Amino acid sequence: MSAEAATAPVGRSLASPTTESAGAKLLLIVLGLGFLALFLVIPLFAVFAEAFRNGVAVYFEAFEDPDTQAAIRLTLLVAAIAVPLNIVFGLAASWAIAKFEFRGKSFMLTLIDLPFSVSPVVSGMCYVILFGASGYFGPWLDKHGIQIIFAVPGLVLATVFVTFPFVARELIPLMQEQGTSEEEAALSLGANGWRTFWSVTLPNVRWALLYGVLLSNARAMGEFGAVSVVSGHLRGLTNTLPLQVEILYNDYNFVAAFAAASLLAGLGLVTLVIKSLLEWRYGGEISSKHRK
Amino acid sequence: MKRFLAARLLAALTVVAPVAVAAPAAAQSTLTNVSYDPTRELYKDFNALFAKHWKAETGQDIRVQVSHGGSGKQARSVIDGLNADVVTLALASDIDAIAKATKKLPADWQKRLPNNSSPYTSTIVFLVRKGNPKGIKDWNDLVKPGVEVITPNPKTSGGARWNYLAAWAYGLKQNDNDPEKAKAFVAELFKHVPVLDSGARGSTTTFAQRGLGDVLLAWENEAYLSFQEFGDDKFEIVFPSISILAEPPVAIVDANVDKNGSRKAAEAYLNLLYSPEGQSLAAKHFYRPVKPETVSNKADVERFKSINLVTIDDTFGGWAKAQGEHFGDGGVFDQIFKPGN
Repeated sequence: MSAEAATAPVGRSLASPTTESAGAKLLLIVLGLGFLALFLVIPLFAVFAEAFRNGVAVYFEAFEDPDTQAAIRLTLLVAAIAVPLNIVFGLAASWAIAKFEFRGKSFMLTLIDLPFSVSPVVSGMCYVILFGASGYFGPWLDKHGIQIIFAVPGLVLATVFVTFPFVARELIPLMQEQGTSEEEAALSLGANGWRTFWSVTLPNVRWALLYGVLLSNARAMGEFGAVSVVSGHLRGLTNTLPLQVEILYNDYNFVAAFAAASLLAGLGLVTLVIKSLLEWRYGGEISSKHRK
Repeated sequence: MKRFLAARLLAALTVVAPVAVAAPAAAQSTLTNVSYDPTRELYKDFNALFAKHWKAETGQDIRVQVSHGGSGKQARSVIDGLNADVVTLALASDIDAIAKATKKLPADWQKRLPNNSSPYTSTIVFLVRKGNPKGIKDWNDLVKPGVEVITPNPKTSGGARWNYLAAWAYGLKQNDNDPEKAKAFVAELFKHVPVLDSGARGSTTTFAQRGLGDVLLAWENEAYLSFQEFGDDKFEIVFPSISILAEPPVAIVDANVDKNGSRKAAEAYLNLLYSPEGQSLAAKHFYRPVKPETVSNKADVERFKSINLVTIDDTFGGWAKAQGEHFGDGGVFDQIFKPGN
């Protein structure tokens, strides 16, 4: 779902060195499609089928619940904070890694990947240990009346943590591939650093950036584990949409739960469509030829 | 070219931004109730009742925010700083844990309200599938070969701890109060548990909606509620020969209400639970009211079956003792429950 999933560069169709028998091809195709149907299409269909089980009117009624509306607003708010932070961080990190040589560069690359390898629940726990009432900064925060855990800031922090590799991971290989020659040309023509960034570097990576934004947004809105730990589950206040789905389900409110889930599934589908469009139209500009 | 690019980037940046400012406004006063898992329906109704009362009494609008989850997990959140004005949890030791860890309420909090601060009680019953295909009548039927038992995790769920202790009480009664034999019985019982959810409601959906297991160890209120939610024709309640009197207590978190300026509302909220209206609502939602004579709809009270109930104080020496002995780190539950066996 991340960088690895991007398409191969277009325009490189060489004859395959090996050819499979028709039977083997068919088997592979059936296996592949069967897998997709079993793990993606059927569950997705089930979500929508359950959501519309009692008709369209009941489906839309689910969104009249003020708590569900609050969950939708909160999810959008969290994404609206986390995604721009991601852009800034992703651009800065990839710029530093791709265009400069410095000590500890490979260590930094590894660190960027950390949120991919750590369970989201653990990242949520980290913030509880740091900012919880009995955590390191808890007493100080409490004294100054600042609430981080079980409030919006905690949700944003947890979301930023789990999403921050997405933009950087998209940009780093591309920027490395592009090298520094265009920036050097701009600088030698008298542009300052800022101007070089806006006029040369950014246009070169714009589609990859959009691609990264798309992925991090999907993850930010869909994240469950990390936000579950820091949410406190106050209804209408600290529940994001994925948490609200769980609550509605446990309230025996199955149609509403699946209606809310269908929003998330819809977000996933829209993301998929835009992602495919980007890959199809700007594939060459998104993925570098020598991906890491 | 540059302006074009800027516009595109702006578009990319603002895919989600326009709604950023639409954060929920909180003009009216609020009260936060951190509760356990199966009280969702009760407090939904009760919060509306309280808002009406508060409006009539003070002229102010008030909104009660609730959070539901496994009782132990909820206590943990309050300890970690969840800003609860009142806690309404499944058992006393969870509120004890908050008092001990945070000093936000006094150690003798349970003496502040009538009936050990429990406005309603409940007990543990069995929910089985219609027709009782496995012929389950009492605790010893749960350890028969091929019977799968659904219960939540005693580490995180209050209901699960009552389940466990009720089973233990049966083990004691059957074996002349021999704790080793009771332990062996409960250990055998947990070998029949395929999945431990973190809260009672999770277990109920596992049993009722996902169809796992032959018998659910459930809060009585949760068992009755499943009839209402899933229909009368799916399940049956089995009352065992012995069970435990579960007293879910309520308390004000003093330090939080003083910080939030909500002490008056919090006190009124908890007192309303003991009023005839509060008691009637509790009975309506299948909790056993502590003042049944005040309940307006008598049928709500008469439907409760009288069963042989032990108490935590008589059989286990109170929660403070039982909690450490059975559910603490390295306690009896840790010794007998090995995941995967």
